[in-house]
Amino acid sequence: MDEFKVIDNYLMIRLPDEIDHHKSVDISTKADRYILSKRVGNVVFDFERTTFMDSSGIGIILGRYKKISCFGGKVYAVNADNRIRRILMMSGLQDIVEIMDGNGRGIERRVDHNNDRNN
Amino acid sequence: MIEIIDKMETAAITNKMQIEFAAISDNESFARMAVAAFITPLNPTLEELSDVKTAVSEAVTNAVIHGYENRGGIHDIVMLSCTLRGDVLEVEVIDQGVGIEDVDRAMEPLYTTRPELDRSGMGFAFMEAFMDHLEVHSDVDCGTSVKMYKKIGASSWIGSEE
Repeated sequence: MDEFKVIDNYLMIRLPDEIDHHKSVDISTKADRYILSKRVGNVVFDFERTTFMDSSGIGIILGRYKKISCFGGKVYAVNADNRIRRILMMSGLQDIVEIMDGNGRGIERRVDHNNDRNN
Repeated sequence: MIEIIDKMETAAITNKMQIEFAAISDNESFARMAVAAFITPLNPTLEELSDVKTAVSEAVTNAVIHGYENRGGIHDIVMLSCTLRGDVLEVEVIDQGVGIEDVDRAMEPLYTTRPELDRSGMGFAFMEAFMDHLEVHSDVDCGTSVKMYKKIGASSWIGSEE
């Protein structure tokens, strides 16, 4: 299944089960390639599969935020479990990232992300 | 916290392990899984397990990226040792890399020397938050040692019925 998907002006990133420095390099590089080539304005990080994340995950989000925020883009985090939410909060990311749950509210409904996952 | 340090001085060592591995990023997951496996007999909660894994991941990543400057050298060695004194875990991560000039500065949240690598500067802050105690010693051009302590199974009274 595609980890990266562009829907309208949104880049959806399905994050892996474990996010550490080793994995983050690849995710950031690929995300930047999409942001540049597809000219997406917003990035959605989907934590549905993610069970482990260290501060490298914060780096991925901050880095993408810096890239798109100057053009008015927004960063979203969906399906983050309590632990990941806590890590995002500890780093103060709730001020720049919209943290939402993925069950049909907010961004998910807007970009219809669940469509192919449920079918 | 003082309790744990006091206890450390009197309590006898009940288990020990030590591994050395190359300072490449592939080994970050190996290191945290090794520590997680080592403490499994203590029946840690999922939360404690995640706390320890995150802290170990941060310390090892620091050694790889900062200590050994992210060069991925197969001969750069990170040493990871774990000591158990009863239910208190001590994890030490040692590298013989470039060292840290100003440890206090490095430990400030959001301070990083490698923003271009998408580092968030939260490594030490996470280690401090997820473990009970953290000690960092570093000498420029000699290396860095990070020692972390955590009491595992804070709810051990569940098992005390036996």
